[in-house]
Amino acid sequence: MDARHKSLYVFILAGLAFSVALALIVSPFASSSPDGLEKVAEDKGFIEKAEETEPAWNSAPIPDYAFPGLTEKVTVEDEKTGEVVEEEKPTRLATALAGLTGTAAVFVMGWGLALLLKAGKKEDAGEAGLQASSGA
Amino acid sequence: MHIPDGFLNAGTSAVTGAVSVGAVGYGLYRARKELDEKRVPLLALCAAFVFAAQMLNFPVAGGTSGHFLGGVLAAVLLGPWLGSLVIALVLLVQALGFADGGVTALGANVFNMALVGTVLSYFVFAGFKALLPRNRASFLGAVAAASWLSVMLASGACAVELAVSGTSPLGVALPAMLGVHAIIGIGEALITTAVVAVVLQVRPDLVGSWDLASSGGYALETTGVS
Repeated sequence: MDARHKSLYVFILAGLAFSVALALIVSPFASSSPDGLEKVAEDKGFIEKAEETEPAWNSAPIPDYAFPGLTEKVTVEDEKTGEVVEEEKPTRLATALAGLTGTAAVFVMGWGLALLLKAGKKEDAGEAGLQASSGA
Repeated sequence: MHIPDGFLNAGTSAVTGAVSVGAVGYGLYRARKELDEKRVPLLALCAAFVFAAQMLNFPVAGGTSGHFLGGVLAAVLLGPWLGSLVIALVLLVQALGFADGGVTALGANVFNMALVGTVLSYFVFAGFKALLPRNRASFLGAVAAASWLSVMLASGACAVELAVSGTSPLGVALPAMLGVHAIIGIGEALITTAVVAVVLQVRPDLVGSWDLASSGGYALETTGVS
């Protein structure tokens, strides 16, 4: 491994560490307000179309970015009635672990997919590939 | 702007799904030619960063939040087709792993974010870059403008799909979607420009679209660094 490649992997690792830190430490504090599309759907009265539809896929291992099994009871005031009710809510740790899992998963899947595709290229044209990389 | 199940009719899901399958297939074909030693780990890193950054919803006006899309970032670093694969991979993992975005709407979400928000927006970026003077500030300006527009274009496509599906008339959905995403797009532009500026500083060779070095004014600024 020459110095150039070493520096590439240092960059990649630093970028991965930064991404993991975002997912692990910052994501639990992200806004939980509806996003642009959800808000428009609420305001324009078509959010029910999603709420009344049974999801086509029910087997997501980490639904809604909450690592399963990590909930806490919180008391919240109902916006409309003003009633104080107790609710089960995912903890911050649940969000952090969801972020860590997803970030690591797409990194590994991305690398694997790219390696597979690159291997396909080698079979086609070894020499053309060599030329391209030496010219870069 | 991940569309859930229930917003789109079967025809819209089928058409956007077919276009997306075709485009991802073409992206995979292009990837075999474009992937090299550097781009394999860079693709993985882009996917990881986009996934993490998409979790960070930031508040915008009126009880609404927005989050990063990442299409222009991925395309500026990796080119439009590898970039679209990054976004499509993230969308697939979000839909199947995290129940974010409906599986029946996955084709539409890939169409809006990986094609309109990535491939098309990359060509918007390339157009700005060609029109502007050849220097670092103009390059970053083109990145910022294309990032903002990518969010507008993707949300516009989403509004058209809602209208065609009979979910919300275009006259209602389009101005509402564009209005809120005009603000969210500012976040997109800030994040994309900041990240591209950092990569340009540290490893300019990893910014795939920084390609005028050999043919024009960019050369003077970059040769010393790489």
